[in-house]
Amino acid sequence: MSVPAAHVYALGAALFAFGLAGFIMRRNLLVVLLSLELMFNGALVTLVGAAREHRDPEPSTFGLFVVFLAAVEVSVGLALVIALFRLRQTLDPDAAAELRG
Amino acid sequence: MSALLPLLVGLPLAGALACGILHARVLVRRHRDPEAAANEALVGGIATGSVAVAFFVAVLLTIRLLSLPPEHRRFEADLGTWIDAGRLKVPARLLLDPLSALMTLVVSGVGALIHLYSIGYMRRDPGFARYFAYLNLFVAAMLLLVLGANLPLTFVGWEGVGLCSYLLIGFWYEKGGPADAGLKAFVVNRIGDAGFLLGIFLLHRELGALDYASVNEAARSGLLPANAATGAALLLFCGAVGKSAQIPLQVWLPDAMAGPTPVSALIHAATMVTAGVYLVGRLHVLFLAAPAVLLVVGLVGGGTALLAGFGALAQRDLKKALAYSTISQLGLMFLGEGAGAFDAGIAHLVTHAFFKALLFLAAGSVIHALGGEQDLARMGGLARRLPATFLCFLAGAWALSGLPPFAGFFSKDEILGGALHGAGAPVLGALGFAASFLTALYSYRLVYLVFSGRENFEGRPHESPALLLHPMRALAALSFVGGALAWIPIWNRRPIAEFLAPVFGGNEAGGGAEHVLVAVLSLAVAFVGFLLARRLWMDRGLAGERALARLPLWRVAAAGGVLDAFYRGTVVRAARVLAIACGVFDLFVVDGAVNGIGRAASAAGETLRLLQNGKVQAYAIGVAAAAGALLLAAFLLGGTR
Repeated sequence: MSVPAAHVYALGAALFAFGLAGFIMRRNLLVVLLSLELMFNGALVTLVGAAREHRDPEPSTFGLFVVFLAAVEVSVGLALVIALFRLRQTLDPDAAAELRG
Repeated sequence: MSALLPLLVGLPLAGALACGILHARVLVRRHRDPEAAANEALVGGIATGSVAVAFFVAVLLTIRLLSLPPEHRRFEADLGTWIDAGRLKVPARLLLDPLSALMTLVVSGVGALIHLYSIGYMRRDPGFARYFAYLNLFVAAMLLLVLGANLPLTFVGWEGVGLCSYLLIGFWYEKGGPADAGLKAFVVNRIGDAGFLLGIFLLHRELGALDYASVNEAARSGLLPANAATGAALLLFCGAVGKSAQIPLQVWLPDAMAGPTPVSALIHAATMVTAGVYLVGRLHVLFLAAPAVLLVVGLVGGGTALLAGFGALAQRDLKKALAYSTISQLGLMFLGEGAGAFDAGIAHLVTHAFFKALLFLAAGSVIHALGGEQDLARMGGLARRLPATFLCFLAGAWALSGLPPFAGFFSKDEILGGALHGAGAPVLGALGFAASFLTALYSYRLVYLVFSGRENFEGRPHESPALLLHPMRALAALSFVGGALAWIPIWNRRPIAEFLAPVFGGNEAGGGAEHVLVAVLSLAVAFVGFLLARRLWMDRGLAGERALARLPLWRVAAAGGVLDAFYRGTVVRAARVLAIACGVFDLFVVDGAVNGIGRAASAAGETLRLLQNGKVQAYAIGVAAAAGALLLAAFLLGGTR
């Protein structure tokens, strides 16, 4: 038995959408980072679904890159969050708005 | 021999440079010592010497010229190519033929005398060296104008003398008035010069050659189409009208008297203003090929002679009266040329250079003695105080009035004789005789107002020093014998006309009994003018013209004609309105555009700045919204694929 491609895409889109909503709305930087991971995974699911549907390895290759990138990103992102927390004693993303024009 | 030719222009030019450098040194020294002045003996010596040497070179060349057979009397000096651009080829070539030789002699000879006079006149002026630099530059430019073998080279000299005229009219620029007068002279001359340039362009388009020999030859042989000849002659005459202060461009010359008096003598009486007369003579074949234009030349000259004669009569300023007289005499020269008597016009140019320079120098001596007074109402009775100046002025006025044995009679006679023979004879002749009558009238009016009657001045005027008197005496002698250059009645010879015959061809303007008739008539007219002047003004001062001064015509003439007011009301006002309009356009449209762009950029920045709120999640909304919008657009526009 096989899962229809449309279901896979719908799952990817849903994951991305939840991630985006969380990224924009959450007030805690750690959760914002988590939401970012969720968006990554939405994209990853979509890529893998496409590879399966078209019987083509190429999207999977991109998927691998996404995994690597997510790992790298999360390490850098977490380091930044920790540094920011040390500076501000808060995890509110709006607290770091020095670049306001 | 022709190797000496460039010296004629080069010597005064070198003198101008030397004087300019000496003036620069004075300016540098003046930083330490405000009273620093030029070494007047050195500057005056260099300036006068350079012109005097140029005069002797000119004499030498003229003697050599006379030793050649008449048809070969021309020296040319090629100084290489000046312009070589496609079809336009202009060699830097100087030409000395009888006409330019005569002009060169007058310019350098009278010029040298006036330089000498200026040393005394400009003594202790802080701009002494500057004055002589300008004056030498003027002589150089004038000689280039005269000696240039083609129209563009003459044009360079033409503009050069215009520049020097501007600089010297405004020599005392600190006073304001002279600076304005200089500007007026320059601007009015530009109008004429534009015509001159267009004439050159037209000739170049039609002929491709611009040297006088080719232009005259083309006009003679009919190579130049008749309407092109008419157009070119008319345009070139525009230049002559501007430079020689003929109606309707005569308005600048009376104002030009704001300059130092020797400048008025040299530039605005003897030489520069005669450039137009010279140009018409130089291109006489072209003008003969355009009879209509020649008639215009005669009529403009005659009309100017008459109207400026009235103007001269009504002036209360000594120098302005002489200026109007100059305009009137220039008109007479054009009248002669317009009638085809080119040699007569040139002959009058020569004698006029003598006696009008003399009159201005004598007037300068009077003004000098009275401490700068120029108002005729504040003179009178000066014959006893300034006997030498009086005799010189009398010689000049006598010559100007056209009474024998002085020069004016003979040369004016030539013109009147020519006018009665040429085209438009009755009109031109009548204008000539009327102008002659006025000339005698205003000449003796000046003599009587300045030198006879009650003394209306203050102080005790003293005779001018020898340095001023000697050049005046030399010019007085020339005014006396100069008539012999134009016509020697006993032998019925005309030295100038014979000398110029290789240029103008031997056009015989009357002779014998007929000529004697003209002479008697002009003598009678001048004598009546003299008697009338004697009756009106002798020993009576300005009271003599009280009845005349009430006439509206007199008041118009005194105001310098209506043209000045007309120009002020039309051209000057239009220019001013245009200037204001341009100013408004610049202020609001050009500046508005420039400032507006700046202000718009800054306002856009102010507004867009608000988007940059530093909050990461707000940016993310923007990115997401944009991505969503792009997706939507791709979905809607791209259709299904």
